[in-house]
Amino acid sequence: MYQYIARRLLLTIPVVVGVSLLVFAMIRLIPGDPARAMAGVNATPEFIEQTRLRLGLDQPLYVQYGQFAANLLRGDLGNSVFSGRPVTQEIAERFPRTLLLATVALLISTTLGVAAGVISATRRNSIFDNLSMFLALIGVAAPVFWMALMLQLLFSVQLRWLPATGIGTVAHIVLPAITLGMSSAALMARITRSSMLDVLRQEYITTARSKGLAERVVVHKHALKNALIPVVTVLGLQFGTLLGGAVLTETVFSWPGVGRLLVDSILRRDYPVVQGTVMLLAFTFVIINLVVDVLYAVLDPRIHYQAGSGE
Amino acid sequence: MSAIEPIATTEERRKTSELREVLRHLVRNRGAIIGLVIIGIFVIAAVLAPILATHSPTQTSLSTRLRPPGEGHLLGTDELGRDMYSRMLYGGRISLSIGIISVFIGAIFGIPIGAISGYYGGKLDIITQRLIDIMIAFPGILLAIVVVTVLGVGVENVMIATGIASVPVYARLVRGSVLTIKEQSYVAAARAAGLGDMRIIFGHILPNCLAPVIVQSTFQVATSILWAAGLGFLGLGAQAPTPEWGAILSNGRGYIRTAHHLTTFPGLAILFMVLGFNLLGDGLRDALDPKTR
Repeated sequence: MYQYIARRLLLTIPVVVGVSLLVFAMIRLIPGDPARAMAGVNATPEFIEQTRLRLGLDQPLYVQYGQFAANLLRGDLGNSVFSGRPVTQEIAERFPRTLLLATVALLISTTLGVAAGVISATRRNSIFDNLSMFLALIGVAAPVFWMALMLQLLFSVQLRWLPATGIGTVAHIVLPAITLGMSSAALMARITRSSMLDVLRQEYITTARSKGLAERVVVHKHALKNALIPVVTVLGLQFGTLLGGAVLTETVFSWPGVGRLLVDSILRRDYPVVQGTVMLLAFTFVIINLVVDVLYAVLDPRIHYQAGSGE
Repeated sequence: MSAIEPIATTEERRKTSELREVLRHLVRNRGAIIGLVIIGIFVIAAVLAPILATHSPTQTSLSTRLRPPGEGHLLGTDELGRDMYSRMLYGGRISLSIGIISVFIGAIFGIPIGAISGYYGGKLDIITQRLIDIMIAFPGILLAIVVVTVLGVGVENVMIATGIASVPVYARLVRGSVLTIKEQSYVAAARAAGLGDMRIIFGHILPNCLAPVIVQSTFQVATSILWAAGLGFLGLGAQAPTPEWGAILSNGRGYIRTAHHLTTFPGLAILFMVLGFNLLGDGLRDALDPKTR
């Protein structure tokens, strides 16, 4: 197992380096002068020249990347063109809010999705099953930003139950988290249902039933644990989808997280902040996948045997 | 029937009967039929948009601003007096072409990468897999956002961006299929017959992993449409006055209390188009999988 974890850790290094290279290249690939791009739209020619020298843009590319990587390791991502503040500071303020939103969304979607999936599977073809699978189809297909607007219209404008935008109280997170988690919940309901149906067909379930165990015990003790394996495998991936989706959800709900910061910064051409947020979101996703894989290896002993044979 | 007409080989007969079998399962699948009907309606509406449209999709008319759906304007008008029904029709053209072209881009790069990586294995495989890992490190819509940041906004760039974001999906999928197929005896036979690697990959291996690729492509069209609409909504996709559904929806946000038809219709259109492709994908997956039929 330790060998697998070590291998998995090692595999993360080229990805992290690759992501940093890509983000480094991003600004240089934008057509036009990167110094102008980094200095901002209204910069004077002198300031652009200063920026060029300050960022070492007159140096060869490998020197520039070396400098970029060294700064990155020191936690220095440059300053925002828009606010003049260090990018790390801008991000540090907002990142916990995005993490909070994504985590609550994941909790909601997992709870709802697994519950709906289990009930659907145990009452196959019932009204509940048909209705929840219909809702799951809609949940995957509905654009998250549209759902956000519709929920705002219903719960904030019409019913006045929940605040439409902003942060501060627990009530503020309800709508954004539900919106963000909607498609994940739908996906998890579908996965749980089909996996549960698979498991319920297995022989050991028939055995458990023929021993005279109550159906509740069969479902909860014997079936659910095994049916949840495919659900757990997609959890890491879903968290990533939620981080990506946060870009849209945060924009609609004026949730001041990194997703909104990213969109605002792209529109303002504040490239140092764009670089920082993109890198942060990618690194977070990489780390979450690493943690999920390691946890999975700890939980499922079968994984170790595959460790040597590639993925 | 004349005597010189070639008789179908067993191979051909096997293929037609398999195709017929798949089609038979597909038409029996209620979801798949609903999906096909939905897609069909959108395709017809998109193709016939110039005939079906009652107004120009970009013609503004300040005297008829924000009209509710009804007489003269089937789906009402927007904040500049443009006819929503006509804009929605033309928007369908944009969404459909983004979905299809981006999947094409994703497949044309992703399939050979996955096939070659899986077939040759070794160092080449390790390197391509790490490159794919880097692309996958950008969750969901983020990779498309990164590409748009570099290329700039606009419909063409959205197609490229969502296409690039689909490449790793195909590369992973095809690599997995190739890894199993290359161990089959007919591949060994082809090799023994002296066929070159490329002929084996493209002539013998790839045709046999077509089923998962077709299923994935159907789902991927849906995902690309959602991503493109998301980019349009954020102001990073199609730009005014292009009648792209995500952008129309974004414009309508400001009028949601007084004229919610500006957000309702484009939202429903995106939902139904995505739903159509997802339903068809589900149906195709069941029809193409021998285990479930």
